[in-house]
Amino acid sequence: MAKVIRTKEDLDNYLKDFDYTEDDFTLVNDLEELQHDEIKETSSFLKDVWTRFKSNKGALIGGSIILLFIIVSFLAPALSSYTFDAVDTAQQSMAPRIPGLSWIPFFNGTGGVRQYVGNLENSFHYFGTDVLGRDLWVRCWEGCKISLFVAGTAVLVNVFIGILYGMISGYLGGKVDTVMQRFQEIVNSIPTLVILTLLLLIMKPGLYTIIVALILTEWIGMARITRAQVLKIKEQEFILASKTLGANKFFIIFKQVLPNIFGQIIIMAMFSIPNAIFYEAFLAMVGLGIPAPQASLGSLINDGFKTILITPYQVIIPVVILGILMLSFNLLADGLRDAFDPKMKEM
Amino acid sequence: MKNKRDLVLKIRDLDISFKTDNGDVKAVRGVDLNLHRGETIAIVGESGSGKSVTTKAIMGILASNGKINNGTIEFTHYDLHGDRLKEAQEIYRENGTIHSDWLHPDEIKTVDITKMNKKYLQKEIRGRRIAMVFQDPMTSLDPTMTIGKQIMEAMLFHYNTPKEEAWKKAVELLELVGITNPEKRMKNYPHQLSGGMRQRIVIAIALSCDPEVLICDEPTTALDVTIQAKILELIKDIQKKKDLSVIYITHDLGVVAKVADFVNVMYAGRIIESGTVNDIFYDPKHPYTWGLLASMPDVDSTSDELYTIPGTPPNLLHNIQGDAFAPRNRHALKIDQKIAPPMFKISDTHKVASWLMAPQAPSVEMAPSLKKRIERMKKEANIE
Amino acid sequence: MDKSTLKYIAKRVLISLATLFVIVFVLFMLMKLMPGTPFNDEKLTAAQKAAIYAKYGLDKPVIEQFFIYIQNMLHGDFGISYAIQRNMDVSVIVSSRMMISFFLGIGAVIIGTIIGILLGVVAALNRNTFWDTFATVLSVIGVSIPSFVFCLLLLILFGVKIPVLPVLYNSNEPFTSSIIPMIALSMGVIANVARFTRSEMIEVLQSEYILLAEAKGISRKHLILHHALRNCLIPVITVLGPIIVGLMTGSMVIEKICGIPGLGSLLVKAIEVRDYNVILAVSFLYSVLYIVIMLIIDILYGIIDPRIRLGKEEDA
Repeated sequence: MAKVIRTKEDLDNYLKDFDYTEDDFTLVNDLEELQHDEIKETSSFLKDVWTRFKSNKGALIGGSIILLFIIVSFLAPALSSYTFDAVDTAQQSMAPRIPGLSWIPFFNGTGGVRQYVGNLENSFHYFGTDVLGRDLWVRCWEGCKISLFVAGTAVLVNVFIGILYGMISGYLGGKVDTVMQRFQEIVNSIPTLVILTLLLLIMKPGLYTIIVALILTEWIGMARITRAQVLKIKEQEFILASKTLGANKFFIIFKQVLPNIFGQIIIMAMFSIPNAIFYEAFLAMVGLGIPAPQASLGSLINDGFKTILITPYQVIIPVVILGILMLSFNLLADGLRDAFDPKMKEM
Repeated sequence: MKNKRDLVLKIRDLDISFKTDNGDVKAVRGVDLNLHRGETIAIVGESGSGKSVTTKAIMGILASNGKINNGTIEFTHYDLHGDRLKEAQEIYRENGTIHSDWLHPDEIKTVDITKMNKKYLQKEIRGRRIAMVFQDPMTSLDPTMTIGKQIMEAMLFHYNTPKEEAWKKAVELLELVGITNPEKRMKNYPHQLSGGMRQRIVIAIALSCDPEVLICDEPTTALDVTIQAKILELIKDIQKKKDLSVIYITHDLGVVAKVADFVNVMYAGRIIESGTVNDIFYDPKHPYTWGLLASMPDVDSTSDELYTIPGTPPNLLHNIQGDAFAPRNRHALKIDQKIAPPMFKISDTHKVASWLMAPQAPSVEMAPSLKKRIERMKKEANIE
Repeated sequence: MDKSTLKYIAKRVLISLATLFVIVFVLFMLMKLMPGTPFNDEKLTAAQKAAIYAKYGLDKPVIEQFFIYIQNMLHGDFGISYAIQRNMDVSVIVSSRMMISFFLGIGAVIIGTIIGILLGVVAALNRNTFWDTFATVLSVIGVSIPSFVFCLLLLILFGVKIPVLPVLYNSNEPFTSSIIPMIALSMGVIANVARFTRSEMIEVLQSEYILLAEAKGISRKHLILHHALRNCLIPVITVLGPIIVGLMTGSMVIEKICGIPGLGSLLVKAIEVRDYNVILAVSFLYSVLYIVIMLIIDILYGIIDPRIRLGKEEDA
């Protein structure tokens, strides 16, 4: 391509393959004409986030599964003819049996303690029954609902506490900030499992106790992010000075902080939901779960585990549901993180 | 005129593209380049003009998504083995250079780097015969390895130099690049040294295997102005001592004026003007070169305004039709939109890729202020 | 080690000690709050009661009692168990079970770290190939799914369906009995380490100093081993902290599931039967362990990485 032109003949040779006129050798007057780089359409931040999120298959699958689980955990107990707490000694530990799926060995209804015979010939327990004859299909989805509720509530409250704590600490600054930071550091250096077990020992076991226990675990990260942002904005306080005449400075700062931490808070919340689900299950496994007859995924696993040698399905099913749920939340959170900030690394 | 044997690097029609998610980026689009023994050439251009990519191709360290589509990089180097190599190294150490009469003709070998086996390139060429000095000394040294180890590494690898000998040579190198207390510095980690010192270390590393070609990729951009001049002096000094051939990559014409014999101006993956320093500084022909010269900070100028070339370089993801510089060229011709300009030969040393050089084209003059400035530079040069 | 480093270490040690003090205080207050502590347990004989009262000085003010308690603690006296092994010293019960938990935990950390580093490095060096996808999928699964889920699935698979390994821990066969719990525990370690190593390695490989090392013409193997690996492995130390915390929580459940007579199952059992002295002693031990590990990792990182000057970073 880069041929060297020495003489007029060289130039004629070079040009002979092209279509041109003598007029081409005149100056272009309007430079705009020449702009051959099309200007890329500038898109808004949230739109970018959405586009990146959409292209992440794992996050989409995770999100869909979570949505599906939420819907099923409401519909399944409502539509089933069984209830989560109906005890029936005639139907103890029956194996899973699903109409149309009985060709799968796991779901053909054999291997349990009681069999699908007599007047039970035409009944179906999709996930089998437990040792008390309660239908596990209903209990699993009821448990899923409760686990999600516990985790969701705890995380929501944590977001609230975290933002408030970070706001106050950063806003007030000075000695208050120092004290609050030290307190945060100390709480942060006590292992979660110690906090959880001790708290549950002095409180009565139950749904709300567990929520309270979980609230103590994840707020620190949120508080840290909020405080950092508040400090940043406080540095530009001179901008605020003009606006704050008569207005409440605290809320003005809050309004400025919120959009900046929005993405990070959502991502953190998404990561802490599976954490909360795990800790709920953990508490159930160490005997501090919600009391019977209510069920959570953790308590179902804890109950099913006792008969693992005889009826393994009683533990497999809730374990698989828990595993899929946590995996889905992590995939979703991963996707959100990459979507909000492609450069952000492991948190 | 230099004879053919003295041509160390001969690049012809080099074409390199990078695969990205958005398509192929055509970073280098047909580059010709010559480097003679003992000469210093400069490649000048804005970031993204393909100057760094060209030199990375010479080193064989293109990123994994980069591909040489076309062209040749012919490298002529000494091919010595065993006792002859040791002898040569000794002569080199004493005299800093090897006279070509000392060599047998078959001890000079020409290879095409683009077609070379990767292993051979790594063992025989990279670091050993062609070495490189990088832009940012703050990030280009391994933070977890001592200075000494980093300097000795290439020697141990390429020549199997015994450790004590390598240590001694590394200390010598540190002295050469002007580091005081070299024995102590050998045991330091990079973070314990200043930016200027680190760049001296990077130069020492590059020199450790007595290379024939040294590529300096913006060696002074990341440094303080006062240190910049010192580093340039250092490289110039070493080049004289060791008879090195040097390629400077820079966007700073000030640096070029200080060090280079020959200048190549690159734009959007092409060389658009090349010539001796005098050609480029006193008789520039390409409007882009005019722009570069005009945007040089000028201490003598009365106006405070700093000239900038309007617009931005083209996106090399797209196919470029015609002259890539046309959209920013206030002297653009209509033909620029259709046909890429060829290289017009102005003199034996001076070549320009612009349709303005065609006999049919209207005669276009550079801005009067630039003209005045060049006149002034010429005068100053004469006085000196 | 320079002065600022020592100052930093001293500061960190002091903060850790203060934290431990706070924890002990909270534990002590809980003891006072809870019903059925050995101080007012009706199951104790009158003689024992009198002995305990004398020992802990319960007739004295609360603050004084607290310092007496700390004194006892420092001598390794955590009181006596009154439910798990009646009237046995808690310290005896705890120390007899500590080794097995440490064996499991350390084993899982070592296995997991080695496999995780290997996986992460292989994935980073072969980006967008099968190994990369494999490592990524494995890490997402390993990070998301709790270790006790793996443990249960492994038990059902290799203990029940294909009975090659014992379901319950057998102290006569400590090795075979430890296989399933150790694998289950190491899954999370593998996943976390692999994920971190991969992203760290990718970043290191794109750095300027790797390019410079490459420009020296050294072999790929040398480049990876001497430059890339060292730089990517130093930060891996930092993830070990959170990983070990996860292990502690995970091991509690796993020890319960597999019936391993370790610290975790002791705590679970103590919770079930409300043996407060044991709960508090084990909780305290966990806290100490956690704080000490975090402290060691923090200081170690600063010493190993020549870039970090501990004192300076803290001031920033």
